[in-house]
Amino acid sequence: MKLYLKFLSIHLRSAMTYRASFFLSCLGHLLITTNVFLSVVFLLDRFGSLGGYTMPQLSLCYAVILAATSLAECFGRGFDAFTRILAQAQFDRIMVRPRSLFFQVLCQDMKPTMLARLLQAVLMLAWAIPSGAVAWTPVKALTLALMILCGAGIFFGLFLINAAVCFFTLEHVEALNIFLDGPREYGKYPFGIYGRPVLLVLTFLVPLALVQHWPLQYLFDRGPAWYGLLPVVSLVFLIPCTLLWQLGVRHYRSTGS
Amino acid sequence: MIEMKGISKTYRVRRREAGLGNALKSLVSRDDTLVPALQSMSFTVPDGQILGYIGPNGAGKSTTIKILSGILRPDSGTCTVDGLTPWEDRKKHVARLGVVFGQRSQLWWDVPVMESFLLLRDIYRVGEREFRENLDRLTELLDLGELLRTPARMLSLGQRMRCEIAAALLHGPRVLFLDEPTIGLDAVSKLKVRSFILEQNRLCGTTVLLTTHDMQDIDALCSRVLLIGKGQLLLDGDTARIRSMAGENLSTEESVADLYRRFGI
Amino acid sequence: MRKYWSFFKMRLMAGLQYRAAALAGMSTQLVWGVMEVLLYRAFWLEQPERFPMGMEALASYIWLQQAFLSLFALWNWEFNILESVKTGAVSYELLRPAGIYGMWMAQSVGNRLSRAALRMVPLIAVSLLIPAPYGLRPPASPAAFGLFLLSAALMVLVVCAYSLLVYALTFYLTDPNGIMVLSVALADLLGGAIVPLPFLPEGLRRIAALSPFGSMQNVPLRIFSGDIPLSEAPAAMGLQGFWIAALLSAGYLLTKTGLRRAVILGG
Repeated sequence: MKLYLKFLSIHLRSAMTYRASFFLSCLGHLLITTNVFLSVVFLLDRFGSLGGYTMPQLSLCYAVILAATSLAECFGRGFDAFTRILAQAQFDRIMVRPRSLFFQVLCQDMKPTMLARLLQAVLMLAWAIPSGAVAWTPVKALTLALMILCGAGIFFGLFLINAAVCFFTLEHVEALNIFLDGPREYGKYPFGIYGRPVLLVLTFLVPLALVQHWPLQYLFDRGPAWYGLLPVVSLVFLIPCTLLWQLGVRHYRSTGS
Repeated sequence: MIEMKGISKTYRVRRREAGLGNALKSLVSRDDTLVPALQSMSFTVPDGQILGYIGPNGAGKSTTIKILSGILRPDSGTCTVDGLTPWEDRKKHVARLGVVFGQRSQLWWDVPVMESFLLLRDIYRVGEREFRENLDRLTELLDLGELLRTPARMLSLGQRMRCEIAAALLHGPRVLFLDEPTIGLDAVSKLKVRSFILEQNRLCGTTVLLTTHDMQDIDALCSRVLLIGKGQLLLDGDTARIRSMAGENLSTEESVADLYRRFGI
Repeated sequence: MRKYWSFFKMRLMAGLQYRAAALAGMSTQLVWGVMEVLLYRAFWLEQPERFPMGMEALASYIWLQQAFLSLFALWNWEFNILESVKTGAVSYELLRPAGIYGMWMAQSVGNRLSRAALRMVPLIAVSLLIPAPYGLRPPASPAAFGLFLLSAALMVLVVCAYSLLVYALTFYLTDPNGIMVLSVALADLLGGAIVPLPFLPEGLRRIAALSPFGSMQNVPLRIFSGDIPLSEAPAAMGLQGFWIAALLSAGYLLTKTGLRRAVILGG
């Protein structure tokens, strides 16, 4: 853990070496997600509500997804941009150091500019939490924290799949962008509003609805309390992701490319 | 001590024609070609030896290095480095190993070199006293001084190579793999690197395995040379032997070129 | 003219080679289109009376938007042009801005058409199969289709003229990234990417329609479905023409003085 923090500090300082471009990337990330949020604002301004959700409730919803993706993208960058690690033969270097491969890939790359979006998510939460969207109890607060953390976990699992497949194809898996960029954009509304097929896919295939749609029902008093525990269940998704990663490593060690 | 016995490694190269149709076809029927990289390779390196490992591109040099450093798992054969099998006991093995890949840096690009060294200290779990001792010795021998405070990206190639070598030795490994350590260096830097390798070997008894295309490296450093081609060991001896094999009055460089021709590699 | 044509053809062929990337991009865009339609469907099922345009027109808008994305997306910058301006290498090419500006235009238009050409056909084919009111519908009338084609051509010119202006500004900026990032965000907001213009609040909608960004995807996509009726189309296209002229001449002048400066500074 101490070593991880040291890596974090190196990545932060490396990023700050190019100060202007650091802040510019932050601004760029922020403008994109602000536009996503503005689209909700404009539509809610015209229609008043959607599926019974109010504006504060929708900002809470988007803040959760935004926080989860930015956490995953900041700290899971090594697996997200794994083609780069492979292309520059950094994985060989990782193999000749006496630490676990997983830990080293995690340390290899981070994307601190994503913290700008985390800040945006925190600001949105700061507005949404006291706005009456939810009748808060300690358990509901815990559920909210679980939604964000487990959500980051699922996005991280997607990165793991990407890295594992990279061992075989050496190319970034474009199709996974559907599940990464897609939810970051369309997670602005609870997934239920897109209809049943979408909700089913996101409940059972890539269980993002377990950290967003279902626990939100509990937070908004539209569903039973056990929905609040579903974020924890969603972490089952990480099992196949990890297995796939190990399969990829085994392939690499027998082919070396 | 490094012992390699009957190590073979064959790569499967997937042949795939361009185009979507062929990409789909290759999913169903696999049209693989087998490329042997190493064929029953055996050799032993005693402690404290500086060994030159030469051969033309594609001869199997880097496959050997990858197997010895625990990156690759061979198809058959046994191999131990100080009693450990590299690909089985990866973590334990690499903790006692230093590797310099001549063309790729292990330093962090945008921070002062010293920061990289401190990070390596933590990665390798080197004790504070041992680290200080090693660092002081390396700083003196490699003339690092000012360089430690400079970000890696601002170093010249020669300066960076000196830092790379120091980085690989901070944890006091017993075995050092150098993969083309003098590639692209100017004359002064080459001499500095060579004299350091000799010094390190003399002082600490470090076993050094060196791959290079620069025959002057071989002349200056190696007491023993392995020549490989097409995955097989062709010659094992010192530079004098290589010269005597090739004919009278040839430099090492010319002798090796002659041998490549004669072995048809 | 012949020179531009062969240059343009070369770009088109180069772009067509990345079939795998195009395929991946296409499937992503298909999913995007579906999600976008599902989202508006949810609003439409609840409160159709508050819809500022028909669901059918909106669906056509969304599908054409996905099909033509590469034609108008501002983030398809020509990075080699930017690089040559930034490093000053551009001043070696030609001292007459007319030549350079024409090259830039040919390259931008060629690249955009080649990126869009591959994706367009399958996306349009698939979206035509989706049942009403959620799929792409044929154009409102033959006349609307004609005007749509014309206006789409104008759209490409507006987008390219705007990009060229940014390249021209690069002569005067140490880092063009700031203006690029801002341009993309503004184009998303005011151009009808995050929500179609009719869905914007009234004040913002007026500003957006008059801005150069409102002369991009907004005009052809809405003419196609008849959301901009035939009677209003000429005015909207006139505004497109105005922006092409204004952006091109501003960029041209900036390039002219910029080049002169680069030559003097570069020695």
